[in-house]
Amino acid sequence: MLRRPDELKNLLRYALTRILLTIPMLWVLLTLVFVVLRVMPGDPVSAMIGGHAPERVIEEQKEKLGLNRPILVQYFAYLGDLARLDLGNSMIYNQKVSQPLLEKLPATLELTIVGMGFTMLIGIPLGAYAASRRRTGRDFGIRLFGNVAYCIPVFWMGLMLQLVFGIWLNLLPIAGRTGPRVYASEFQKTGFYLLDTLIAGQWASFGDVAVHLLLPSLTLGIVLSGIFIRLTRANMLDTLKADYVLAARARGIPERRVVYGHALKNAFIPVLTMLGLQFAALLAGAILTETTFSWPGMGRLLVERIYLRDYPTIQGVIVMFAFFVSIVSLIVDLTYAVIDPRVRY
Amino acid sequence: MASPETKPATAGARYSAAGAVARLLGRFSSARRKYGLEWWILIAGAAVILFSIYLAAFPATIARYDPLDQEAGPQMSAPSRAHPMGTDNLSRDVLSRMIHGSRTILGVAFAAAILSSLIGIPLGLLSGFVGGALDRVLSLVMDSIYSFPGLILAIAFAAMLGPGVVNITLSVAVIYIPTYFRLVRGQTLSIKEELYVEAARAIGAPRRTILGRYIFPNVIATVVVVFSLNIADAIMTEAALSYIGLGLPAGIPDWGMDLSMGKKFLPSGVWWMITFPGAMISLLALGFTMLGEGLSEILNPRLLEK
Amino acid sequence: MNPEPILQVRGLSIAYPIAIGTVRAAEQVDLDLSDGEALGLVGESGCGKSTLGLSILRLVRPPGRITAGRILYHGRDILGMRENEVRHLRGRSITMAFQNPLTSLNPLYRIDRQFLETIRVHEPRTSRAEALARAERVLGDLGVEPRRLYEYPHQLSGGMRQRVMLALGLVMDPDILVADEPTTALDVIVEAGFIDLLNRLRRDLKLSILLITHNLGMVAEIADRIAVMYAGKIVEVGVATEVFHRPLHPYTHGLIHCVPNIRLDQDKLATMGGSPPDLVDPPPGCRFHPRCPHVMDICRRQEPPLAPPRGRFEGLGAPAASSAVPPKAVVQPPETAQRQVACWLYGGGS
Repeated sequence: MLRRPDELKNLLRYALTRILLTIPMLWVLLTLVFVVLRVMPGDPVSAMIGGHAPERVIEEQKEKLGLNRPILVQYFAYLGDLARLDLGNSMIYNQKVSQPLLEKLPATLELTIVGMGFTMLIGIPLGAYAASRRRTGRDFGIRLFGNVAYCIPVFWMGLMLQLVFGIWLNLLPIAGRTGPRVYASEFQKTGFYLLDTLIAGQWASFGDVAVHLLLPSLTLGIVLSGIFIRLTRANMLDTLKADYVLAARARGIPERRVVYGHALKNAFIPVLTMLGLQFAALLAGAILTETTFSWPGMGRLLVERIYLRDYPTIQGVIVMFAFFVSIVSLIVDLTYAVIDPRVRY
Repeated sequence: MASPETKPATAGARYSAAGAVARLLGRFSSARRKYGLEWWILIAGAAVILFSIYLAAFPATIARYDPLDQEAGPQMSAPSRAHPMGTDNLSRDVLSRMIHGSRTILGVAFAAAILSSLIGIPLGLLSGFVGGALDRVLSLVMDSIYSFPGLILAIAFAAMLGPGVVNITLSVAVIYIPTYFRLVRGQTLSIKEELYVEAARAIGAPRRTILGRYIFPNVIATVVVVFSLNIADAIMTEAALSYIGLGLPAGIPDWGMDLSMGKKFLPSGVWWMITFPGAMISLLALGFTMLGEGLSEILNPRLLEK
Repeated sequence: MNPEPILQVRGLSIAYPIAIGTVRAAEQVDLDLSDGEALGLVGESGCGKSTLGLSILRLVRPPGRITAGRILYHGRDILGMRENEVRHLRGRSITMAFQNPLTSLNPLYRIDRQFLETIRVHEPRTSRAEALARAERVLGDLGVEPRRLYEYPHQLSGGMRQRVMLALGLVMDPDILVADEPTTALDVIVEAGFIDLLNRLRRDLKLSILLITHNLGMVAEIADRIAVMYAGKIVEVGVATEVFHRPLHPYTHGLIHCVPNIRLDQDKLATMGGSPPDLVDPPPGCRFHPRCPHVMDICRRQEPPLAPPRGRFEGLGAPAASSAVPPKAVVQPPETAQRQVACWLYGGGS
């Protein structure tokens, strides 16, 4: 799609505006996190340590975390720390919060991205196909599949897949990112093992990593495809009724091209928006999937630290999630603008 | 084709609460006449729900053992005649745990949905009706809650509040408030602009009347659908929270918790501890989803299409 | 003008099922279109004329179906062809222009891309440069500058979009253009330009046009012959000037009479009583009989066939005062053999 200079200029202007808008959006989310984690009945320390510790210890901890200061002061300190990218120190281990977080971040991202890929790969074509075969048996079958998939808890799907493919058929691994004789240190660079193994040229390790990634991301993909099937189908049905579809058919354009080239591209736009919203659901699902597959990512970190009552790390992980939600929303809007020439500020 | 004579009589009825109910019932009976797929989906969903409510209310009729009884049978035995769903690692009968667990999960989901709607609907009505700065502030808050991944928010709440049935219910309830808010606010905004509301205002009807008599009944239909879907979602969220370990104390039978326990024994090939709890969660969620979808089709029929 | 019909419709019936019954959109329709001729198909909204237009290229959407009849193009039945043979015809031999040019062009694709696609679907080995040259040529014929190729539909004005859509249809040099209400969405000045355009295309490209519209004024300026449709049936056919001067069917008479005449001092506009019939359960006998001021007993019982008129009926009154009639056609030509009417007033073959 060649673009003329003034088209590019428009696009850039939109992109810049949108990027700048992310800042207030992020701010609202971070405030929300703050409210949830601090402005609650009682305080985090009591909630974490509970009534088992003596008064003195609780007060000490509160002092250390700065929880005795007035709420507004805490709020601005919180924002200030975040602006300097300082997530604080762990209450349990002797480490900065950011350390385990950054370590585990690529694992979650890799899982989420591949999961999203599967979701789209399964959901969108099925939805488009169901729309083109409206009210036939195949349409109902696909819709039923979508509905059922959506109602299956993602962790149960994971467990069942583990049962079938891991235990009964013994085909695929059910835990971790790598197998017993593969050492991540040999290729670790970006943390995205699929990339790292390719860069390092270690094909065997690539295979191992891919195979470990398969079940967890497929779990995510199948469960979330339900929404995409339904949305794509609904949008396709509307789009297929459009005048330009009729006009395209009237010019002799083959049906498959009309459906996938003309209709789907237009129907894709609201689907794209949904993608952004679904990423949030995907992150949530990732937490559950990581727990099920012992995947060393941010989700499992969160659950671990909740169990350990490590409040600063918990906050750090949630802040990270908020950040990603904003970024993905930004990316979706930008992609939207690239595809649809009518969108400009 | 309605002749001109019949129109005025029904037109007045359309805009009152009684009229709204009459319309709803009318739609049901015409849907039944059509015997379409949507009707059967509705029936299927309702059947599942009624059955599970029955189980929750009268568990002893089917469950043969006390769900907490740790000597109900052999330890970790596969499904058999005595224990159709097997026993778990603490020698408890799985079937009994499933049946009693329905009470837990339905209770939390219902309570959370009711709480969410009790907060979200009035706020939505208020915000849409009054508008102005209040509307803008509320919308901003609600939109930001809505855009945040629900489960993560619930986890944050549950982690901060601690274990217990009430806390879990609160955690689950919070994330759905924006759903009701947005829905009701949107509807209020569009109904507010309708001609008959303007007419009511012109004859001096107080705001209270307008809200209560005109806007509210028309909003109800959509709310019912969302309520059903909300419960489905709440079921899944509650299960997820207990699966992670943020849920209820050990004494209460809970499907999510059973799943997380069963997970430990999966590598040994113990499949019944995870299959049944998960299937129950899915079934229940599916039931409420189908009810909601069926209701949606009937109350907002899409003529000819779909 | 070559009298050999390039398109012949015989006994075409189209129906589509809805919740309360089956809509009979067209029933036993017969039509002929000669090479180089412009045929106007007129009727009220909902009389089935648009559906008829779509059926020629087999574009009737399910659940609508063509239930009977044949559509012969150069003697070959379109309804009997395989799907990809029909596809071959579309856009290349027979083309359509639609009512709403904004929604008829895919908003996401640039205009040149839409041309390239159309040309390459029919002639895959055309190079990009060749295809663009052809596009520019046909756009030029229609009065659109080449630079518009590099714009998106929403950047063009309504009239220009209509021309672009027409150009897309004409780029493959078709024989027949089926235009379905092409100017309804445009203002009258643009419409006038469009009418001139169509006339010029007919002359220069030897294009046969089936113009489907309810706009009698437009028909008067383009059409050689007119077919009048009512409730899914053709009720009158004839040379345009003859039909305007001496409409035979009471419906046609009423239709023409309803067009206001700027030269007359009219304090009341003429209307036709009643409303269009229910196509699910049409009236028995002649479908127009409930509204006909000259209804007879036989009209209520039996449907009159479409046939050449026998005898004359003077009771209709003179619609010649209507401004729809071009002022030049003062001389009344003799009734030609092409005239047909479906009305018992003319003794339709009992």
